[in-house]
Amino acid sequence: MSKHTFTHLDALESESIHIMREVAAECKNPALLFSGGKDSIVMLRLAEKAFRPAKFPFPLVHIDTEHNFPEVIATRDKLAADLGERLIVRSLEDSIKRGTIVIKDPDKPRNPYQSVTLLETIAEFGFDACMGGARRDEEKARAKERIFSFRDEFGQWDPKNQRPELWDIYNTRVHAGENIRVFPISNWTEMDIWEYIAREKLYIPEIYYAHKREVIRRGNSVIPVSHLVQPKPGEKVEVLSVRFRTVGDMTCTAPVESTASNAQEIIEETSTTRITERGATRMDDQTSEASMELRKKEGYF
Amino acid sequence: MSNAIQLLRFITAGSVDDGKSTLIGRLLHDSKSIFEDQLSAISKTSEKRGMAAVDLSLLTDGLQAEREQGITIDVAYRYFATPKRKFIIGDTPGHEQYTRNMVTAASTANLVVILIDARKGVLTQTRRHTFLASLVGVPHIVLAVNKMDMVGYSEDTFNTIVAEYRAFAAQLGIHGVTCIPMSALNGDMVVEHGDNLSWYKGAPLLEFLENVVIDYDVNTADFRYPVQWVCRPQTQEYHDFRGYMGRIESGDIAVGDEVTVLPSGRTSKVKEIVTYDGNLQRAYAPQSVTLTLEDEIDISRGDMFVKASAMPQVAKEFEAMLCWLAEAPLDLNRKYIIKHTTRMVKCLFSRLEYRVDVNTLAHHATAKLNMNDIARVAMKVQQPLALDHYSKNRFTGSFIVIDEATNNTVAAGMIA
Repeated sequence: MSKHTFTHLDALESESIHIMREVAAECKNPALLFSGGKDSIVMLRLAEKAFRPAKFPFPLVHIDTEHNFPEVIATRDKLAADLGERLIVRSLEDSIKRGTIVIKDPDKPRNPYQSVTLLETIAEFGFDACMGGARRDEEKARAKERIFSFRDEFGQWDPKNQRPELWDIYNTRVHAGENIRVFPISNWTEMDIWEYIAREKLYIPEIYYAHKREVIRRGNSVIPVSHLVQPKPGEKVEVLSVRFRTVGDMTCTAPVESTASNAQEIIEETSTTRITERGATRMDDQTSEASMELRKKEGYF
Repeated sequence: MSNAIQLLRFITAGSVDDGKSTLIGRLLHDSKSIFEDQLSAISKTSEKRGMAAVDLSLLTDGLQAEREQGITIDVAYRYFATPKRKFIIGDTPGHEQYTRNMVTAASTANLVVILIDARKGVLTQTRRHTFLASLVGVPHIVLAVNKMDMVGYSEDTFNTIVAEYRAFAAQLGIHGVTCIPMSALNGDMVVEHGDNLSWYKGAPLLEFLENVVIDYDVNTADFRYPVQWVCRPQTQEYHDFRGYMGRIESGDIAVGDEVTVLPSGRTSKVKEIVTYDGNLQRAYAPQSVTLTLEDEIDISRGDMFVKASAMPQVAKEFEAMLCWLAEAPLDLNRKYIIKHTTRMVKCLFSRLEYRVDVNTLAHHATAKLNMNDIARVAMKVQQPLALDHYSKNRFTGSFIVIDEATNNTVAAGMIA
């Protein structure tokens, strides 16, 4: 070993590849959730490393809230096409038309409803395993979730009744109708993601890098102006140099002020930042201390 | 020498009262791994609960149920980094009923920090945690004698505890424990040395974690390569490509090396070591790679590549140490499923040799196994497995047992 340099990124990468191959080998009908965000782009590269020179033994799936940044959707489509992999997109609008999602205000954040369309998509295709790019460092509830997270027929997570996960031996068995969520990058941090993006020279949506954008200030947050978010009377539109640390629902994803224009500069900013990724950018997680835990119990990722 | 940052996985064992969460909070806080929004959230909670200072232990309380009850109910993973290393902390509860959680977290750890309250010294639970760490073969043990501020930072108290602990550890064959006096509450000997323990000449905990040598925690001698997935692209370009994908669990492999495929015993030579980033001449544990062979032989998932110079035992009957994890006790009349490396086969428990009292280490004859019990058992499997003694190889010496009816993971096993 001493002659061979094996960095922490190599260790994380090898672990993730190993997890993806276990899913491919043991699950009957897996899928990889792919949104065009940075974590799922890392997942895509890991899948290439795991399965090339063959095609992926699973499709890519995106649950579209129709509240996404257009740059992210464009990246999603471009990367799936470049790789020649199958992309399945299901939209919250479909569930709204079916009447399975009833929303009061179409412009309000839609993350809470994503679970419904996800579960409907799982049922439509009969997926028994969905791989997602969630990380344990993102949020307290995620920190306690297994890499192979078993869900019942309703897609629900029971934090007190998780399967013990020992060594690198994963229990992938489910009964018909049940499924597992698999998180191959559980052990990666935000910093690891950026270091990997830099190392692998991954193409990510431009909005992750600093750019001029019209924003308004609400409370402690800076909110991007879009067709969904317009200034209220008395609110001032400012143009700031910002970048997004996460790219979710446009109505509740806040950018941070930044001049970092490439992955290396973001690594430098990330190493000195004093605010967590979600704390800085996800207004919906701040509703209560248990927001994510409650969403997960309902079938969310 | 390379300046590559390594990854160290460690766990902490001790009860809430030993200041375990405070220690983790202190490590994160003093290494500047706590973010302002996290700090402000726990400051608010501390205030709500009427505490005078910020309670760092709140940082590791994850779930609503835990916050309501003020306990830790499951394994939580924390991440922090220094310029020297990246760390993954497996935070495990110290309650008696949670042996399974400690075994779970310890199974992937390079190191365990066992906490002792300096006022109480070596307790039953200290012995239990040490036994479990040795059972699961955690390569490095640190004894953190905490709350030194409560005993006037007494060197004598520390030395007495250390002597008692070392004597106990020696019974388990554990030597080379690193013992550190500390006050997690005040920050002495966690990240900074502090002024209160000037008589102690060793390094603070974080410095030790940054420098402990972990290169040899994996078995570097015996090549073990369980096949995970057979890659057959069947495209024009890769028409005849047949690659065996997997992770090198131990040892290393080079192009041209002869390999034996178990359990069939057929041999061939490595033709290529394929990776996305180009072919390699040699690959080492724990790299994930794709191997192609010179000869076309029948190989599928669950087979294991080894070298003839270092063969594992291929057996259908063996003995193991078992930690029972499920609420339903072991049923000796039933067949279970065993997952060993990438192979799943049916198994039977033919004999319970003895149960270990984790508090006294005494062996007792037993007719049943309940949750959190640890026992030596004799097992039979339907198909032969390529096994190593757990003390020689954590990857090929370990297995899990699955209940076919519920699909739950019901036991963790170590070949012994």
